[in-house]
Amino acid sequence: MASSAPAPTRPSHPWNDPALEPYIRIERVSKSFSGFVAVDDVSLNIYRSELFCLLGGSGCGKTTLLRMLAGFEEPSSGKIHIDGLDMSGIPPYERPVNMMFQSYALFPHMTVDQNVGFGLKMEHRPRSEIADRVAQMLKLVRLSEFAKRKPEQLSGGQRQRVALARALIKQPKLLLLDEPLGALDKKLREHTQFELVNLQEELGVTFVVVTHDQEEAMTLSSRIGVMDHGKIVQVGTPQEIYESPSNRFVAEFVGSVNVFEGQVTASEAGRMRIRCAELEQALDVLSNAVAAPQARLWVAIRPEKIQLALQPPQAASNWTRGLVKEIAYLGDLSVLLIRLESGKTVRVTRPNVWRHEEESITWEQEVYLHWHDSSPMIVRE
Amino acid sequence: MKDKASPVRLSFLVFGFAFLYIPILSLVFYSFNRSRLVTVWGGFSTEWYGRLFENTQILDAAWLSLRVAAMNATGATILGTLAGLALARFSRFRGRTLFTGMITAPLVMPEVITGLSLLLLFVATEQAFGWPEGRGVSTITIAHMTLTLSYVAVIVQSRLSSLDISLEEAAMDLGARPAKVFLLITLPIISPALVSGWLLAFTISLDDLVIASFVSGPGSSTLPMVIFSKVRLGVSPDINALATIMVSLVTLGVIIAGVVMLRRERARQRDLRMASASDAS
Repeated sequence: MASSAPAPTRPSHPWNDPALEPYIRIERVSKSFSGFVAVDDVSLNIYRSELFCLLGGSGCGKTTLLRMLAGFEEPSSGKIHIDGLDMSGIPPYERPVNMMFQSYALFPHMTVDQNVGFGLKMEHRPRSEIADRVAQMLKLVRLSEFAKRKPEQLSGGQRQRVALARALIKQPKLLLLDEPLGALDKKLREHTQFELVNLQEELGVTFVVVTHDQEEAMTLSSRIGVMDHGKIVQVGTPQEIYESPSNRFVAEFVGSVNVFEGQVTASEAGRMRIRCAELEQALDVLSNAVAAPQARLWVAIRPEKIQLALQPPQAASNWTRGLVKEIAYLGDLSVLLIRLESGKTVRVTRPNVWRHEEESITWEQEVYLHWHDSSPMIVRE
Repeated sequence: MKDKASPVRLSFLVFGFAFLYIPILSLVFYSFNRSRLVTVWGGFSTEWYGRLFENTQILDAAWLSLRVAAMNATGATILGTLAGLALARFSRFRGRTLFTGMITAPLVMPEVITGLSLLLLFVATEQAFGWPEGRGVSTITIAHMTLTLSYVAVIVQSRLSSLDISLEEAAMDLGARPAKVFLLITLPIISPALVSGWLLAFTISLDDLVIASFVSGPGSSTLPMVIFSKVRLGVSPDINALATIMVSLVTLGVIIAGVVMLRRERARQRDLRMASASDAS
């Protein structure tokens, strides 16, 4: 999934440049609804022309945070700055922000061009300018021949593009997208993901996307903020989130992972030796994490980073043994569930490289699992 | 074998429709009776229709009823929409259930009680402030509005609660102030509910006998009041003629509404086919 992400071509890593002023500053923002804390002390900096994803399960507060950026909710405490302007007390219709709604919220009694031109009409632009800019916007989303249709005469993908055009026409400083691809079917979604990224790069508008779909977040974003219980748990590039999750929640929420509890038996600069009760051999891990001897911690290994062999490996560490319990053939890869002697089930994925592979591994077969010493990730609870 | 009409089922059907429509058909039939006696057939004639249009009492009453019904429907739609808006849009506040109940109470209140209480109110306010000066068109209209605005409020509230709130948010997000949002988005979308609320209020007012009898004054008899008082003195065939005209108008209205709805449904089906056919990308 990480491998399918397009190489980002936008100005790289503005968040690593300390001299750069963040475009959107969220400072210690909290929001509670009659006792329930939806967003809990969130601080976040987003830079110009970023495509930032807020990722999390339902009820994690991501939508509330988005609605506070749009102005539909006021923070209970904390401040939001957009392009240096304090947004407190500014109603949605005066913010330099537009939003694309999850349901698209197209006005059913207006045609496509009336929908797209609505924002300009509210600014009392001259009619000829509105017509020109609507035509230009419809051309951009390839809907020129549908200008006179009503929303109910459009397919799901076309409605999504109308909603996008309507939100972009006022050239907002910030575009908010609430589950932008949630209502599309899988094939169309993949296609639209790339379209959205291209459009964002072309226009240079800062995007903040809310999604519960980690694959979508990975494909779209320059950076991801993972949310849980109203807090931002980790902010990073898709690769950082996937390969170096800061805690167990992130590791398990983004992609799948095998987690083992372990105890540090020895550590030196950059290396650590960990004993896991569920694994036969010790783990020898490349890690810069600092851990006291005898400290208990969690080790996570991604399914695609575990290799299978029929013979015992030569090394004295980083392998274990188990019986193949399930094989799921998914076409491009196969998922195997392997039960270790300790009773723990480990998930392993193998790419199907050859078309007609002599199937060497079958059900109930004993296999050896081994991995590189850079693969295990040390995660906090 | 669900589709086969068994004789038993068929007879139920015939009996049911006969029960509903024979009284009306006999009324229409005798409106063309030459005889003055309502139940004795004396040959075909349209004489009573001519007599009806010479009867200024009935014509005046019909004109009054229509005016009252239209004014009432318009006022009730405005007030009822505001009430429905408040019920649907205000988030939970203390006593919300009480307010909802109080809006809908007139729907279940016996009309005799509504009428009597309004009469007492009008008498009291006349003594206290000199308003209303006697009872007539304005008191009937006000009385009808108190009843029918509840119906409008219920219709508008149910329409609004099924309206996607993000439509209004999207308009606001695109720069529309709350008043503009209401005028350009909310009102056009709920307009079918307003139309049906208006029609319902109109019909109820046109139909009402009890409340109107309490709050009307001399020289302001509505059509149902005139018919009722004439029938008490003996049924005359021109009432049959009047009833026939009213039945025809209602039937015509129902047929037109049916045709319009059928057309809309067909257009919607065509739109859906168009949408699925044009699924590009």
